[in-house]
Amino acid sequence: MVKRTVVGAGYGLRDWLMQRVTAVVMALYSLLFVFLLLTRPPEGYAEWRGLFAPEWMKLASLLFALSLMLHAWVGVRDILMDYVRPAGLRLALQSAAILALVAYAAWAVQILWSL
Amino acid sequence: MKFSIYRYNPDTDAKPRMQDYQLDIEAGDMMLLDALLLLKEQDESLSFRRSCREGVCGSDAMNINGFNGLACITPLSSLKQPIALRPLPGLPVVRDLIVDMEQFYRQYRSIKPFLINDEPAPEIERLQSPEDRAELDGLYECILCACCSTSCPSFWWNPDKFVGPAGLLQAYRFIADSRDKATRERLDDLEDPYRLFRCHGIMNCVAACPKELNPTEAIGRIKDLLVRRTV
Repeated sequence: MVKRTVVGAGYGLRDWLMQRVTAVVMALYSLLFVFLLLTRPPEGYAEWRGLFAPEWMKLASLLFALSLMLHAWVGVRDILMDYVRPAGLRLALQSAAILALVAYAAWAVQILWSL
Repeated sequence: MKFSIYRYNPDTDAKPRMQDYQLDIEAGDMMLLDALLLLKEQDESLSFRRSCREGVCGSDAMNINGFNGLACITPLSSLKQPIALRPLPGLPVVRDLIVDMEQFYRQYRSIKPFLINDEPAPEIERLQSPEDRAELDGLYECILCACCSTSCPSFWWNPDKFVGPAGLLQAYRFIADSRDKATRERLDDLEDPYRLFRCHGIMNCVAACPKELNPTEAIGRIKDLLVRRTV
């Protein structure tokens, strides 16, 4: 097989933009979360549960978790593209990262809606 | 005045070494290049590139006390001793402070650094309004010394795939030119995870540029155009 440097995959903008949008989502959620903790400091298990009881809080937390996964995907992929030279190993690691992040997202749903 | 200079001749040396030099001079208003020329009188085998000696040609770019810069416009008095001189990082060393710039030029060539315009040429020249011309300020001044690209970790890791700050600054210079008609093709070429999006915005290029240009801003403007044509 020829050894040739190939570029021109023709993507990247969507990922770059997604990383920025998800960063804003996470920043807003973090502010909301700090605000809630300061105004109603939870003292025990019941209060913590109460904090996540409203449906809107579950949805906001889910959006945060999904944003975190998408943000992490772009970041981890960037690290792998920068530092892992063999393309086969890069593919394997990127696939593993996607699978782990999808599993984490499912886990987040399970945790949020079992509260 | 003490110097510690990277020496390497691939034909005879097994590996590079740092060699100490001493000059009995006062810094005064001398530039680093003046000192290098005096050192070359001491030791003729010391090799480096230089030409215009006034920061216009870009041939004496080197790593000075850890920072990339041009020897000819770096005042000796601004440097801590011993002054450590190394070749630009990340490029193959030809000899001592001379590096092989091919990888850098290849990326520059890849952005098609010339006006593309297939409209019929006018009688005299393609005119620009003063406003259109002003768009090129901060872009056309680049002298291709490679200080920026060789200070960029993304260029170190992927010099064969990432265009690098100098190339991207020039890419935007032609996108921004009102006389160029290939904006679409240029953006298509740059919308790539390696060619453009290896830039993570750490701004080493801005810190290194001896002409005080801002490649990170130019890269941001390319991304801005990509966003605007997509959303």
